[in-house]
Amino acid sequence: MSEKPVEEMSFEEALKELEDVVRRLEQGDVPLDESIRLYERGAKLKRRCEKKLREAEEKVAQITLDESGNPSGTVPVEEL
Amino acid sequence: MADIFEPEIPGENAPEFTVSEISGAVKRLIEGEFAHVRVRGEIGRVSRPRSGHVYLDLKDERAVLSGVIWRGVAARLQVQPEEGMEVIATGRLTTFPGQSKYQIVIESLSPAGIGALMAMLERRRKALAAEGLFAAERKRPLPFLPEVIGVVTSPSGAVIRDILHRLRDRFPRHVVIWPVAVQGERCAPEVARAVRGFNALAPDGPIPRPDVIIVARGGGSIEDLWGFNEEEVVRAVAESAIPVISAVGHETDTTLVDHAADVRAPTPTAAAEMAVPVRLELLATVEDLSGRLGRAAATALERRRQRVADLGRLLPRPESLVQSWRQTLDHLDQRLPTALRALARERRLRYTRVAAPFSARVLAVSLARHQERLGDLAGRLSPAMARRLADARREAARTSAGLRPRTVAATVLRARRDLDALSQRLATVAEARQARLRDRLEALERMRQTLGYKETLRRGYAVVRAGEEVVTRARDARRHAGLEIEFHDGKVPVRVAAEEKAPPAAPRRGRPGGGGGDGQGSLF
Repeated sequence: MSEKPVEEMSFEEALKELEDVVRRLEQGDVPLDESIRLYERGAKLKRRCEKKLREAEEKVAQITLDESGNPSGTVPVEEL
Repeated sequence: MADIFEPEIPGENAPEFTVSEISGAVKRLIEGEFAHVRVRGEIGRVSRPRSGHVYLDLKDERAVLSGVIWRGVAARLQVQPEEGMEVIATGRLTTFPGQSKYQIVIESLSPAGIGALMAMLERRRKALAAEGLFAAERKRPLPFLPEVIGVVTSPSGAVIRDILHRLRDRFPRHVVIWPVAVQGERCAPEVARAVRGFNALAPDGPIPRPDVIIVARGGGSIEDLWGFNEEEVVRAVAESAIPVISAVGHETDTTLVDHAADVRAPTPTAAAEMAVPVRLELLATVEDLSGRLGRAAATALERRRQRVADLGRLLPRPESLVQSWRQTLDHLDQRLPTALRALARERRLRYTRVAAPFSARVLAVSLARHQERLGDLAGRLSPAMARRLADARREAARTSAGLRPRTVAATVLRARRDLDALSQRLATVAEARQARLRDRLEALERMRQTLGYKETLRRGYAVVRAGEEVVTRARDARRHAGLEIEFHDGKVPVRVAAEEKAPPAAPRRGRPGGGGGDGQGSLF
């Protein structure tokens, strides 16, 4: 089982693995050591999920185009 | 050949035109007469050379009219000409004198009625579908929670506002708007360019590359939406590596871009809902999972604790392991003293048997015999010595005549010294031997006393004697007139009442068996 560092996970990856961890723990056939490790990983995944949820911040920008129609940058958009 | 002439034909005085003159006349006439016409027909062959001009044929059942759309006009057309399309072309007729041709220069082109437009759309859809651009297996899943959302739409208007509002409600995100014209001839190329442009952005460049693209436009007529039916838009969306949500027009309007998109949303608001999950729901989900995680871990521990306890109960008690051994030990412990006593009894018995020959009386007899002999030898010693002395003296007397007194005297002296020494040794030896025998006798006597019958007497037994004979039977007793009964503390003479034949009682002796070394072995 290749484990990606939790800090690099997207919300979806973290949530999926958290669900998996919970399911495995709930099935109850994991060895004790493994269940402790799973619990710790689950706690980490949960923190990652919550962090990603807290990061919810609206930021709206509009692309600016040069004369030939290629994107040259962005300008913030407000009051929409 | 030189003599062949064309004869002048009389009466033929109509003016002569040069080719150029007549071509020019025709041109003036046609262009004057048909400076603005609308022509309905079906588009035949269409060619698009590099110049950017478009050449096509308009035709019906019996005739064909060539047409050209200059580059500038072609770029502005809302509906691009396609073979088979029923159109109404507006423009002017012109001639092309160099080739004796005439043609229509098309200023604008529109489908000949909705039916024709729909028929054309259907044909295009089929063609693109045949290419596989709309195939289900091409569809990419939308990201669960995109970090950046690209929106291709008009930067002003209700559409972008609806999308932003809904995103704000559900899960505020980073939104990048790529502004495009959403109708008119610029629509299709700009939308296509925007979709390709988002895909071309570097993942970590200055402009964030979206994780999902929404192509959106509000409702409108089929002509208004026509740009989203254009092939270049359809291809750009189909080729997009970034998943695309299309939301063009109202729910009932379907454009070809909807087929090419990965997901079709009925409205721009719905597109925003598809793009992001609801943050509060996710928080609740994570909270729920977190709770389950804790409970599951606690349950896992509790179940094991329970199991340990269960197994612990199944273990035998330590006491029960040693109980039977303890019982055995108790049993042996009880038997031990009895066994020891029995062993001691048995050993004592054997000892008694072995010790019997060494009883005091046997030893006393042996001692008496040795004493007797010693006495005898001692008795004989003095006469023998005297005799010997006499013999020696006689011998001395006999020889002394021939001897010198001094020699004799020396000899006598020496012999006397020898005699003295011998006598001395004799006495010593005899004394030592006697002492040794006495010690032994004393020891034996002590043993005899402890083993002897005297101790028995203390327990109430008595010894009956007739004279020196021990009487052990009543029959023997009757033969005697008097008997002597020995108790532990003394003797009592008694008379036998019944019979008369016994000799008179003869109480004798002091204490039979008592005393050491005076030779009273006759009792036994």
